[in-house]
Amino acid sequence: MGIVSPGFQGRPRTQEPALPPGQYLTEDFPVLSAGPTPRVPLDTWEFVIAAENGSEHRWSWQELMALPQETPMVDIHCVTRWSKLGTNWQGVSLDTLLADVDTGAHFALAHSYGGYTTNLPLDDLRGGRAWVVHTFDGAPLPAEHGGPARLLVPHLYFWKSAKWVRGLRLKTMDEPGFWETAGYHDYGDPWREQRYQGD
Amino acid sequence: MTEMSYLDGNMLDGPMRELFTVDLSSAMGRCENCGMTGSMASLHVYSNAPGLVARCPSCEQVMLRLVRGPDRAWLDMRGTTFLQVPMPMEQPFPGPL
Amino acid sequence: MATSKPPRTANRWQVARLVERRVETRTAQTLVLEVPDWPGHLPGQHVDLRLTAPDGYQAARSYSIAGPVVDGPGGPRVEVTVQRVHDGEVSPYLIDVFGDGDPLEVRGPLGGWFIWRPEETAPVQLVAGGSGIVPLMAMIRARRAAGSKVPFRLIYSVRTPSDVIYADELRRRVRDDFGLDIAYVYTREAPEGWRGEPHRIGLADVNTHGWPPDLQPLTYVCGPTAFVETVADLLVGLGHPSRQVKTERFGPTG
Ligand SMILES: Cc1cc2nc3c(=O)[nH]c(=O)nc-3n(C[C@H](O)[C@H](O)[C@H](O)COP(=O)(O)OP(=O)(O)OC[C@H]3O[C@@H](n4cnc5c(N)ncnc54)[C@H](O)[C@@H]3O)c2cc1C
Ligand SMILES: [Zn+2]
Repeated sequence: MGIVSPGFQGRPRTQEPALPPGQYLTEDFPVLSAGPTPRVPLDTWEFVIAAENGSEHRWSWQELMALPQETPMVDIHCVTRWSKLGTNWQGVSLDTLLADVDTGAHFALAHSYGGYTTNLPLDDLRGGRAWVVHTFDGAPLPAEHGGPARLLVPHLYFWKSAKWVRGLRLKTMDEPGFWETAGYHDYGDPWREQRYQGD
Repeated sequence: MTEMSYLDGNMLDGPMRELFTVDLSSAMGRCENCGMTGSMASLHVYSNAPGLVARCPSCEQVMLRLVRGPDRAWLDMRGTTFLQVPMPMEQPFPGPL
Repeated sequence: MATSKPPRTANRWQVARLVERRVETRTAQTLVLEVPDWPGHLPGQHVDLRLTAPDGYQAARSYSIAGPVVDGPGGPRVEVTVQRVHDGEVSPYLIDVFGDGDPLEVRGPLGGWFIWRPEETAPVQLVAGGSGIVPLMAMIRARRAAGSKVPFRLIYSVRTPSDVIYADELRRRVRDDFGLDIAYVYTREAPEGWRGEPHRIGLADVNTHGWPPDLQPLTYVCGPTAFVETVADLLVGLGHPSRQVKTERFGPTG
């Protein structure tokens, strides 16, 4: 630890027992970006699930909107240590999207417009725990927060909730994504504080 | 505004000095994706992120990522094919060693 | 090309203390830091400053060095000029709370690219937006200190006349430093008697007050990211080779 500068507090941080270890509560919604923000027109937008056998399932924007919609209210935890409670989203459950996909894969690599990737166990995308969301707080998801649509997997650190999501590649072997190849944890459970590889 | 949130590769000098003794920000680097060769100081660095992400100014592909954990750092430079580092003139007849 | 050995101090954090503070504008102040182990630096370089809270939380930010190192009774002194960013984490602390004699950590000097060496002979054009003046002022001060005759042109974009950092010194230097020209661009409010309307920097400003490309000037552009983006595009559009246009983006605010 460095020498303390008198009176320096940093951003207001409240540590609450209800939060995962090492996390602070935030009221605003910080924008993190690792590259230029992609602008994806809705008429060319698509979401593709590619199974390990090569078969593909595609949805256009209209097709996504025609699927049953859910409105998860969830807490989100960013590995940069902010957490935000009770966020409101609308989108389609991955259970719905995966329902007709014939697969024996155990892993998924989510990939995005703009080139971002992140890996997750396929099981974590099932069981009502993951969504493709397009609406935040009742309004279309802004591009800086991942619109037109992003993944929402709130039980894992938020880098797993890929912005500008474009599809999933289902895999028999785990393939680390953008941050996972640069030191971040393959699973990323905030409650076990799995921030970095080996945590 | 987020489009306008990146910095110049020049700012990499501080964070990279935690790993190397030379100023890698003023070294020349070649982009693995488009072949552009230029100063690492001219990369576009995104720092509002879990790590530093430096991208080629001409094709925007990632050339360098630096993640800092409490007791470890990760440097991924697969997007950079080489670095040309200026050296002090101490070896007029340099050999391989 | 001979290069000097990299200073060891750049590789570690050392404790520095505030020894003096100068108010520059309503929102900008110069902080004079006493840094025990300082190897010297080149104009255009920056330092990283790191603050630690009692619970161990840390925040680090980059600040350009504003002028030459000064010898003080307690050791070398390094100056930075900080512009207060509304709801920023670090800059309001440095301006409002950080007190005389208080410590922080510093790493530097950093950045061997965005620098001007007084032995250079090419004409220089400097384009500053807001606090982007800081490293460019270091170049103007170094030019004077070295007795360089290289012609310098500064284009300085500010919101209003009262936002000009180093206003008095700039007035003095235009008068006394032969070969230094300064043109201001006001984006919100121009001074009494100013010809023209307040406007964002454009092609005409850069074309009129900068050097033409055939003089092969060295160009330094510094300020908020969006400002630097605009100016660098204008300069390249005018025919300045992009590798002669050095940029230092301060981020969304600057
Ligand atoms: C090489 C270099 C040199 C610099 N030199 C100087 C200098 O000489 N003088 C100077 O005053 N500054 C300089 N800067 C800028 C400086 O480093 C800081 O960025 C600045 O002081 C703001 O820091 P802060 O902690 O006050 O604000 P921060 O807390 O970092 O916030 C800055 C602003 O950005 C917004 N913001 C924060 N995070 C996000 C996000 N994720 N998405 C969108 N917006 C966000 C905040 O709301 C706020 O308005 C330099 C920067 C660099 C890279
Ligand atoms: Zn490239």
